[in-house]
Amino acid sequence: MNGYNFAYLDEQTKRMIRRGLLKAVAIPGYQVPFGGREMPMPYGWGTGGMQLTASILGEDDVLKVIDQGADDTTNAVSIRAFFERVAGVETTTATAEADVIQTRHRIPETPLSADQILVFQVPIPEPLRFIEPSEEETRVMHALEEYGVMHVKLYEDIARHGHIATTYAYPVKVDGRYVTDPSPIPKFDNPKLHMSEALMLFGAGREKRLYAIPPHTRVESLDFEDHPFEIQAWDEPCALCGARDSFLDEVITDDVGGRMFVCSDTDYCQRRQEEVA
Amino acid sequence: MKRPQLERPALLEARGVTRLYGPGKGCEDIDFRLHEGEVLGIVGESGSGKSTLLRTLCGMETPDAGRVVYHSDVERCLDGATDDGELDLYAIGEARRRALLRMEWGLVHQNPRDGLRLGVSAGANIGERLMALGDRHYGQLRAAGQDWMGRVELDPGRIDDAPRHFSGGMQQRLQIARTLVTRPRLVFMDEPTGGLDVSVQARLLDMLRTLVRELGLSVVLVTHDLAVARLLADRLMVMCRGRVVEAGLTDQILDDPQHAYTQLLVSSVLTP
Repeated sequence: MNGYNFAYLDEQTKRMIRRGLLKAVAIPGYQVPFGGREMPMPYGWGTGGMQLTASILGEDDVLKVIDQGADDTTNAVSIRAFFERVAGVETTTATAEADVIQTRHRIPETPLSADQILVFQVPIPEPLRFIEPSEEETRVMHALEEYGVMHVKLYEDIARHGHIATTYAYPVKVDGRYVTDPSPIPKFDNPKLHMSEALMLFGAGREKRLYAIPPHTRVESLDFEDHPFEIQAWDEPCALCGARDSFLDEVITDDVGGRMFVCSDTDYCQRRQEEVA
Repeated sequence: MKRPQLERPALLEARGVTRLYGPGKGCEDIDFRLHEGEVLGIVGESGSGKSTLLRTLCGMETPDAGRVVYHSDVERCLDGATDDGELDLYAIGEARRRALLRMEWGLVHQNPRDGLRLGVSAGANIGERLMALGDRHYGQLRAAGQDWMGRVELDPGRIDDAPRHFSGGMQQRLQIARTLVTRPRLVFMDEPTGGLDVSVQARLLDMLRTLVRELGLSVVLVTHDLAVARLLADRLMVMCRGRVVEAGLTDQILDDPQHAYTQLLVSSVLTP
């Protein structure tokens, strides 16, 4: 196929990444280092997620790619076109029909099933990084479960804003052991990580780390007893489909203050509009 | 017949502790026992090995030879302790050593910027050790923060200010509050009044002395300032070129020094 191996990466690299993935699944939430390859796009555009997708993709698989919930934005369109070209796999925008879903910062609203895999693009895999710049030290902290500092950040939030102001990349504890950064998904999606039916894989290309949340794994968002974890809520439903249970984006419609709130998950929104029509 | 205990039980013991970076550089063959509720001063000039000894005692630097033994509270019964609660600091793993440092010990750095998180508020600094021990109630953490700011004579109203906006003396107070908030049994202090001017130093020393008595702390205090040692320490060890040359009660050593080096040290003190 155009002189490329199936799904771009060579077979040895894919094997290496799969071995890393097996380890990641065996130790939920633990960051496994891997020998990340150069991908034909810049770091920060999802090279980590693409390498994971390339190594788990089979010829019969159907791929869906979303960017902030949408199927039609630059990142989603180009990664989807890339795998169409180098793997020749079928692609879709329908969540229910996909086998592998690569995502940038959202979990689809449609519940996932046991035969689906969700691949996240991760910029900074280390949840402790903001407070401890040394990689050596953060590894020791993970090994010894020294997670007191995670609450320092949440404490700061409450002291400054009166509530926990972290709204995305909200730290979670996976299977009661490893504190993990769920990639910059809104905290609205954190409850979907808990006891998920689908396998969730996380790949960070620049940092060359991968980790996993296997199906049916406990995932708890960190909080305080008197300031429990809460997800975002909106006063109005989606302006297009009327959904009240989905994550809404604020869209500015003109330059005189006009705005509307619409579903960030375009596939979910469209399907609901079709049902109504 | 059960005899009354004549001597207070030992808390920390050094047995032949040696840590040398080169001949005469570091500390060599140090033996001592620190008892509960006692303040032990280690004095000596720069380069005499005081700080190396302190780092070795508090688990940050593995000794070349000898043992550091901590007598843990038998009721708390830490893993790795023998039946009588003896804990060999470098025989237990790093995990337990760090747990010990978190739960039962405290460390006050000479430079408060080494011991504080400058980017987060004073309240978060004080609460960090509590959170590390599993405290998950914001209201209680905040109350503890305010309580301790009052105890170290800081204005509790500044609980949300970042420590980088504090003066040097206030930062040092904050560091002390942050260390003592978990009620450690044993505190290591490395030149706690270094770099402060004399009036600030005097108030800090006064406060430290009160806290030590109130909480019944055991302290290992490293200082080059004999006046600080006189004020705080019950007992002194004088170090010279990596070895202890004289040890005894503070007043005894400062008023009647026996070793030539101690005599030199005492006679070098400036009096205005």
